[in-house]
This record gives sequence, structure tokens and C-alpha cells, in this order.
Amino acid sequence: MRRTIRFVRKGSIVELTDVHPTMTVLDYLRLIERATGTKEGCGEGDCGACTVAVGRLKGEHLVYEPVNACIQFVGMLDGKELITVEDLASDGTLHPVQQAMTDLHGSQCGFCTPGFVMSLFTLYHCEAGEPDRNVVNDWISGNLCRCTGYRPIVDAALSSCFGKIDDAFSARGSEAIAQLKELQATPGFVLGNEDEFFAAPATMEDLADIYSAHPDATLVSGATDVGLWVTKQLKELPKIIWLGSIRELSHCEMVEEGLLIGATATYADTVGHIAEINPDLGRLWRRIGSRQVRASGTIGGNIANGSPIGDTPPALIALDARLELQRGSSSRTLPLEEFFLDYGKQDKQHGEFVTGIFVPRLQANQQFRCFKISKRFDQDISSLMAAICITLDGGRIEDIRIAYGGMAGTPKRAGFTEDALKGAHLQDPGTWSTAISLLARDFSPMSDMRASADYRLDTARALLVKALMEIAGTSPETTRLPALNEPYGDPGTKARANAV
Amino acid sequence: MQSEIHKDDFATVRKPVRHDSAGKHVSGSATYIDDILEPEGTLHLVPGWCPSAVHADLLSMTLDKVRSAPGVVAVLTAENVPGLNDWSGSIGGDPVFVEKQILFYGQVAFAVLAETQDQARRAARLATFETEPITPLLTIRDALDSDKTVLPDYAFGRGETETALKEGAARLSGEFSIGGQEHFYLEGQAAFALPGEDDDIIVHSSTQYPSEVQHVVAKILGVRNADVTILVRRMGGGFGGKESQANQWAALAALGVKATGRPCKVRLDRDDDMIMTGKRHDFQVKWDVATDEDGRINAIDLLLASRCGYSADLSLGINDRAMFHADSSYYYPQVAIRSRRMRTNTCTNTAFRGFGGPQGMLAAERVLDAIAITRGEDALDVRKRNFYTVDRDLTPYGMPVEELDTLHGIVSSLEESCDYRTRRSQLQAFNAENHILKKGLALTPVKFGISFTLIHLNQAGALVHLYTDGSVHLNHGGTEMGQGLFVKVGQVVAEVFGVDLDRIKITATHTGKVPNTGPTAASAGSDLNGMAAKNGAEAIKARLMAFAAEKYQVSEDAIRFADNHVHIGTESVPLAKLAHEAHLARIQMSEAGFYATPKITWDRDTATGRPFLYFAYGAACSEVTIDSMTGEMSIDRVDILHDVGKSLNTAIDIGQIEGGFVQGAGWLTTEELVWDEEGRLRTHAPSTYKIPTASDVPSEFNINLWHSDGNPEETIYRSKAVGEPPVMLANSVFCAITDAVASLKPGVVPQLDAPATPEAIMKAVNLIKISGR
Repeated sequence: MRRTIRFVRKGSIVELTDVHPTMTVLDYLRLIERATGTKEGCGEGDCGACTVAVGRLKGEHLVYEPVNACIQFVGMLDGKELITVEDLASDGTLHPVQQAMTDLHGSQCGFCTPGFVMSLFTLYHCEAGEPDRNVVNDWISGNLCRCTGYRPIVDAALSSCFGKIDDAFSARGSEAIAQLKELQATPGFVLGNEDEFFAAPATMEDLADIYSAHPDATLVSGATDVGLWVTKQLKELPKIIWLGSIRELSHCEMVEEGLLIGATATYADTVGHIAEINPDLGRLWRRIGSRQVRASGTIGGNIANGSPIGDTPPALIALDARLELQRGSSSRTLPLEEFFLDYGKQDKQHGEFVTGIFVPRLQANQQFRCFKISKRFDQDISSLMAAICITLDGGRIEDIRIAYGGMAGTPKRAGFTEDALKGAHLQDPGTWSTAISLLARDFSPMSDMRASADYRLDTARALLVKALMEIAGTSPETTRLPALNEPYGDPGTKARANAV
Repeated sequence: MQSEIHKDDFATVRKPVRHDSAGKHVSGSATYIDDILEPEGTLHLVPGWCPSAVHADLLSMTLDKVRSAPGVVAVLTAENVPGLNDWSGSIGGDPVFVEKQILFYGQVAFAVLAETQDQARRAARLATFETEPITPLLTIRDALDSDKTVLPDYAFGRGETETALKEGAARLSGEFSIGGQEHFYLEGQAAFALPGEDDDIIVHSSTQYPSEVQHVVAKILGVRNADVTILVRRMGGGFGGKESQANQWAALAALGVKATGRPCKVRLDRDDDMIMTGKRHDFQVKWDVATDEDGRINAIDLLLASRCGYSADLSLGINDRAMFHADSSYYYPQVAIRSRRMRTNTCTNTAFRGFGGPQGMLAAERVLDAIAITRGEDALDVRKRNFYTVDRDLTPYGMPVEELDTLHGIVSSLEESCDYRTRRSQLQAFNAENHILKKGLALTPVKFGISFTLIHLNQAGALVHLYTDGSVHLNHGGTEMGQGLFVKVGQVVAEVFGVDLDRIKITATHTGKVPNTGPTAASAGSDLNGMAAKNGAEAIKARLMAFAAEKYQVSEDAIRFADNHVHIGTESVPLAKLAHEAHLARIQMSEAGFYATPKITWDRDTATGRPFLYFAYGAACSEVTIDSMTGEMSIDRVDILHDVGKSLNTAIDIGQIEGGFVQGAGWLTTEELVWDEEGRLRTHAPSTYKIPTASDVPSEFNINLWHSDGNPEETIYRSKAVGEPPVMLANSVFCAITDAVASLKPGVVPQLDAPATPEAIMKAVNLIKISGR
């Protein structure tokens, strides 16, 4: 197995051999390279000041994705290209996004600016279509600015990111692709020793072997959560197994029965397909984390870490998704809802790992709605998630699956309420309105910094009512704020470098 | 000077020049404290604290494991402070290190110095503490119940308010709360201290107030002010959060240098920063108002109680400013404005853009909304009826409102340009048809007093050198935190010398160049430093004029500085050439400019005099939609008209206006500070504390500058201050949400508290639904 990390940096291949398993890309830049253009604002992937662009091959195409350097480990750069704010200007000429930012007064204190510039750089390299403010707002949802109020930054993006892709990076696109292909030809590596390592198995077999040998190791995919264990909790994670080199885990494929999502497929990779199942899923995906988080974070990780406030599990449980797990050479599947046993406890054996998720398509007689409630529209953790899937027999509710996040120690179904709603008639609220009150039997939510218990329970009821109203189609009026009704067609899925 | 109001042929000022560091910002080459190349041997300091205590007697602290942790070079406690263990630059009571009692969750108890920041952070978590808990006071209510304050109560007003309140045609009263706000400057608190010879120490500090940092560091080290030099090139945002709150970290870095003789850097982790440093004060407002038959206020009593935290810090001025702005733009014939400054066991609340003004003004807007809603009138009509007018122009503190035309003109222009009346009727139609979504609309005014109410702060110095190649070194006491002060002052000096802006070398704020300055705060940065720099540059220019007049034998009237040249009679000499000649003739080409704001005479003890040189005005109209089932809200459209006098730089000013508005909107909507029942701050990172993102900015966001004839006061090129006033434009968002909730039951005043999170909106919706009327 290879004993180095290799990635492309400023046109050359960098090889690192002596890197601590959890050294972050940001520390690598600031402390090793002493390239201080990339800033630390929060150290938890929430402010975007540390945004860098990571180029990777997606099929035959080179895509540049925005990544929070503060919570990515250096090993995760393997086989990719790392681009930072210092790299954009060439021969003293600013990159078009940099030029637009200065022309349109897009910086004030300047501390968040490198991160914005890098996010815009990735938008510039994505065929984003016609200039669209919503696309920009979404693209920079993971970049906080406290000075400008964003308008000039959005204007800079609108004026520079939607035209022809023509910069030093597109000019050397084919060269970069060749370099990345060369690196990808030999995936898989390990750094360190038996007690402290960063291992990147290239196949499922290698993964099964190494995880069996080291069941105490930490499995990492996008590190959007594990990164914080290191930077905020200061956890020692001496053994890291990174799943990013295993190609067969990253698939996302729509088949006749439904969607197959590999454990390491990212939110960005899956949003287009998931939105095909139901538009509310596309809207939900858009509001998970930020562009940066969605470029790295994975559905498998969102499930495997068992958080009670993960955004995807309630929706996937309502859809009756199934989870696939593997341990050594044996695998099993189970309904996703059964995976979540209790707060912090999942149905996962020592050495067992998530390999994929299957999301069934909705049947013709099924209706689905999901809602996310948070203090802020973009990049916020939900105080409450609700997902409702109804199987209809004419106007009668034949079956219903209701799942909530943020209401209990795990993502959980509303069993009593579901039972009471079966047989109710959509058009006749008298047959379902009392059932709603049973949510208080299903859940005793807690109060925390995101919401009080009372608000959670009240809103859980309101969202169920809203779903039923919407599906019944009885209300002639709009039931959602306009922003929550926007379809989410993701330009990121079209992203590719121009010069390829 | 008077002629400058109408003069418009300026070369550099009043132009939309970009920020001087814009090119460096976008390419990552602008240097912040943490980017300064560290000399070999630099140590990293991390503050340590007791995570199990909120308010407690500190019985003992065990630091053995901290000391023996990898990489640790030294551990500092109160015993290592050679001078005074107090980082306060004002009233006192802010220990650098806990001595006997922990006063709030997160108070610094010790500091670790290690070879790397990572080592220092890990070591800092290894301390153990023995403490004796004391019941903490956490909320304003707790402190009111226990009658604990950090400063004496204060009040001003006029007339027999108590009697008058009973005599009006209608009387209303109410109570509501206004949340605090975390600054969330993108660059956290940072300082980097370097040893010199003797007692010398140089500190690079991310501070708005280098002079105070200098004096505080000297006091804590027990050395002379002259031994300490503070440098500030730029901050990655300040917003008031680095006016006093930077002191402690600079002091720690300096103590680290003293203890080890090695360079020492402090850069707070974001969570530590949010837990340890002060924030905008939250307020509890009680109001009682009597109106005449037309809804005009006849008498009003306002009680503003704020949470100051464990110490006074800047709470005196902040609460005074809340009182000064509790009139918003409304005339109160008989008035009592009363202020209580409550002591709690929470971080010491501090300056935040607006400095109490936003809270005071929001109190007034709530009262006006209540009057309008109760009367069933459009709130804008009631607002306008209560505006200051001729003969009704005296503020509660006795200063007359002089620019009545500006106040009225801005509001009526905006009312027209934003199509307020048409939209009002469209909105009523929408609300009649919709039962889930409800729209709200509000147009609110801004009138913000400019000058520090602590008079001695209204002074500034600058140092200007003209070199023999015609380049200019510019230095002044103001600091750059993104607001564009450096470029504005640079424009002023370029204008005076008639040179291109790139001839002006903008340099880091440096206490060795300009001493004894005030903070860069109160929106007064360009008013003060622009004027000081202008005075400095003009003194040099005057000497050059006299020299040129004599050398070239023309009268001074025939000399003009423009286009990088000095036009002397019929000749044009490059400034460089004249500078060189002047140098040979032994003419002084360096000057320390100085400026002290005129006219201000406020006497706090007697509550008389003029606290402000002038007011900055503005108005905003916001339209929102709420979901009455969930409390979710969106800001749909915002129109702003704002007064900056004759703008020094329209691009910079518009940036301040929209940035201030969005920051204010965040304060009143998504930004919620939550302490748990034990008194621990739970929202100490951007994952839990939500400042606005791009999608929170309305897609229709129209900002215009008021066509001003110029500041009637003799300010720098007749401009007006712009840093803080725009924050209060966001009051319109809060009032629009109130309007939307009020549509659910006409005539009933919504009990909406700030911030208007979905939960707060839902609470108001539920209360109004069950209200009796």
C-alpha cells in the first residue's frame, strides 16, 4: 500500500508522508505552508472563512467544490487538487471573481473575503446557466459576512460567475485532469503505524479487513461532523479510516424501484436524484448545511452518526428507506427506523459499517411532504423536522408514516398518531383533527437553545395539519412562505470544467 | 468652510473610491494579527476557565497537569500580574484573572503558554477546580428582584409626567423584552506581543481603542504608558466588540511576554470568544403613555432596564444612549425616561454598533405601534403625527431637533418612492384572503445623535508627513475595522494636497505616532480623524504656500494644489519638486493635526446641555410575510433612504447602510442568545447562533442616499457619520412583523419580543388569538 498522500497543488504533485492523522487542511496551509490567506473564523465549518476549492474528477470531468478547510483532514485531499485564494491571481491580474469583488465593493473588513472568493471561484467553474440571485444565495449559504449585508457580494457573483469559463484553471484543465487521473490510478494509501494512522482503503475488501483489525478506528467520510470532534472537543482520534477512496461506496443510482445511495455519496451528489422522488426532498437537501457541507458531507454519515437532529433520517424513515450494513464479509439490511435504538445508540455491531441506503420511489397513490423548521433559512440545524408519507385509497388514508427529528432522542415515528389517522378522510378534517393531538402521546420533546418543548410540540402538530391540508388540496391559499416553495434544481450537478 | 457646502468640484472626496485594501482582501494578502509571520520562539497563549462554575467562590485551582502537559512553557494566574489585575479602561472591576470569586461562566482563571496553539488548548482543559457555588443572578428579572445594579439609576425628562399620564384621552401601557446580540466579528479577539529592551513591549492588537489598550497593558504590567506601543493595521470586524473587550487579550499576551521573554500570541477560539466576551445589552422595557384624541403623545414614562453583566464596562454610556434615543423621532411633551443598569452573573455586556440607541429607539417604536394598532390607524400616520415639528422640537434632554426638514423630507420621500399607500392596500387585500400567511408593512424613522456623550472622547489626532518625493505618510488615531475609515481619511488628505490617492501611504494605527486618542466608535471615526488629518495636511500645505509664494513671487491666492502638481501663477510644479525645494529651504513638512468637536456641552449631573453635534437621519420601509402556523418569516422587500450629509465616499457609505441594516435585522430576527437555567451560554458558536446569510437579505432591497445639502454643522466636507445609524433602519422589520401579527386580530397589540424568531412570532400569534378582544 502507498505510504504517502498525493495531491495537486499549484500545478505540481505534492507528496506528504509525515502528517498527523487529524491534521486539518487549514492547519496544513497556515502552519506548514505558511499560506495565511485562508482564514479561521470558527473552526467548525459554519462560517466559511476557510473555504478552499478542491478539484476532483467526476467521471471524465474536473469539478471544483468549495470545502471548509478547518474540518477537512489533509489525507482527504488525496487524488485531488487544492486551490486557495493565493492561487487565483495570475501574473498580477486578479481572477474575474476577485476583480468583480473589488469593483463592486464586496469586501469591508476582508476577513471573510478569501472564503467568499473561493466559493465564487467554484461557482465560476460551474455551468450555472442564467444569472440567478437564488443560485448565488444558495452557493454562498456557507459563507458568513458580518459587514456588507451580502448585496455587493451577490452582485459580484452575478456579474462574474455566469459567463464563459475562461481563466488560468480552465486553460490548464486537461493537464490537471491528466494529473488527477495519474493520481487516481493508484488509489488507497496508509500513513502512520498500527497505533496511529490515517488509512484510505481502496476497496470494500480492504475496508472490511482493516476495520475488522481495528474496530476502534474512526470511520470518516466527509468529516463535517468528525472534524468538529477534533477541532472543538479536542478528541484524540489516533486511527482514522477514510472511506473516500472506495469508488463503489460513492454511487448514487436511480433504479426502477427506487434510489440506491452509497454510504459516501454526498448531499451534492444525491440532490438531483432525491428531488426526483419528491420536490420537498430537493428543498430539504438545499437547506442541509451549506454548499461546503453538502460537497463533503454524506447521507451515510448523516445516518451513521445517529444524531437526533440529522435532517435526512426523518424524511428517509417516512419513505421507508432501508439501510445496508456490512461487517467483515457479511452484510444485512434493515428498515432505517430500526437502526436508531436510542439517543447515541444505533443497531450497529463492533466493526460493522453502513454501506448504502435504498430509498423506494413513491407509488402513484402515495403523497409525501417534509418540513424543516429552524431559526435561519439556510445553514441551520433544524429545531424540528417533520416528514409525512401517506398512502391513499381514494380520499381515505390507507396508511401513513410520520417521522420527526428534534422531537426525541432519535429520529422517530409518531406511532399513536399514525394509527389514529389510518382510515381518516383527507377531505373531512373532522376525521383527522383529533388524531393530531395524539402527538403529545408520541413525543415529549425537550427544550434547548433551538426551541422550547412547547414550541416543538405545537409546531409538530401544525406541520402535520399543514401536510394534510396540502395533500387534501382543500385550502385555496398558499400554505408556505414563497422561499419554501421554490423548486430546487441544483446547478451543481451540472458542474464541470469548461476546458475539458 | 461655509462655501464647501455648495462646492462640488472635488477630485477625491465625495467619490465612490474602493476600499484601500480591497485588492489585498480578495487575494488573501491583507494581514491580520494571526497572519503576522511569527519570530522563532513565539509562544501561544490560551486562557483557561472553570467549566463547572457560573458564580462561585474559588477555593482552589490545581494546575499541575496543565504545567506538565506537552509543550507547556508557563502557566499564569493572578499571582503573575505585576501591576493591577484589572483590564477595565473605564470604571473598573474586570479582573484579568479570577482571584477569589468567579463572577460568570467563562471567566478567565489562568492562562497557558505553549509552543503551539493546539498544545495550549489541550493543556488548558486539564485544570481542576474546587469551588463553592453561589446562586447567580442571570436575567434582568433576577437582578431587578434582588435590586442589584452595576451603576446608579439615572433619569431625565420634563413636566409632570405622572399626573399627565392620568389626564390624556387614552392611556396605554405595556412591557416587552429586547434581546442582546453577539458581535460575531469574523476575526475573533487576537493580540500578538513582542518583547523589546528594558520594559518595552509592542503589542499588535485587534482593537478599536489602541490608546486604552496601551494604558491598560501598562497598568497591568506596572510599567509606564511610554513603555508600551500598540499597533493596529486592521481588524476583521469590530462592531463595538473590540472597543473595551480587546484589552484583556492584549494584556494576556503582554503578561506572557513578561513571564517568558518570548513573543506571545493570543487568538481566541470562537467558542471561547463568544462565551468570554461581552455582547449587546438585552433590555426589558416598561412603557406607559397617554395620548390626546388624535393619538398624539401627551405624556410618556419609559423604564429601560438592561442586563449589564458582572461589571460596569461601558454600560454607563450605553444606557445613557438608550435613553437619548428613546424618543426615536417623536416629540414627548411630558416625559420621564428612566434607566436601570442591572448586575448579573453573565459576561460584561459592552458596546455594539448603536451603543444602546437601537434598544431605546425600538422601545419608542413599540409605543407608536401600540397607539396605532389600538386606534385602528396606519402606524405611519400616527408616527408622522408625533414627529418633531416647529415648536415641538425639544428632545427629552433639552437639545432641539434642528433639521426638521430632513426628518420630514426623508420619511415623506420614502413613503412615496416605496409606494407605501398602494402596498398597504394590496397587503390588506392579501391578508383578507389568506389565513395562514400574513403580511406586514412598516416604515420607521432613524434619528441618531452623533458625538460621544462622554465629552473628552470627542478629540482626535493625526500625523502627516510629506516626503521629498511627494509621497505622503498618513497616520491617525482611528482604526480600520472594515468601515473604510482609512480610505476616507486618505481621500481627505489627497484632496488637501491635490494628489492622487495612491500618493497617500495609509499606515497602521500606532500609539507612538498619535497618542491619547479616543476609541474608533460612536460612528465618529471619519468626523474626528478626517478633521484632524485635514488640519495636519493643511498646516503643511500652508507652509508650502507661503514658501512657494515667496520663491515664485506670486500671491498665495494664485497657488493651487491639484493633479499632483502645485499650480503657481502660470507655472505648474510637480508636488514632489516643490516638496524637495521646500526641504532644502528647511520648511517643516510634518504636522500633528488635532481636532476637538465643537458645541457639545452635555452635563450629565444636571441633565442639561447639548450632547450631540448633530443627528444623522434615515428611514426604512420593510415588508414581511409570516406563517401563522409555524412562526416562520421572510423579509420580502426593503426600501431605505438615508442621510449621510454630503457623502465622503458613496460606495463606502452605501456599504455601511446595507451592512448595518442587515446586522440590525439579524439582531431582531434570527440572532438569539440563549443561556441555560444554570447560566451557561448555549449559543457560543455559529452552529447555534445564527447571523444572517445571503438568503435572509430581501431580493428587493432598494437603498438610496438622501439628497442632502450637506451637514449644517461644519463637519469634514459636510459629511455625516454613518457607522451606527443604519442598524436602526432594521426596526422597520420588527415593526412589520408586529403589523403582520396584529392583522390576526385588529385592535390588539401583539406581545412580540425581540428577537422575532419563529418561536417568538408563534408566541405572539398564540397570545393574540386567545386575547379577549
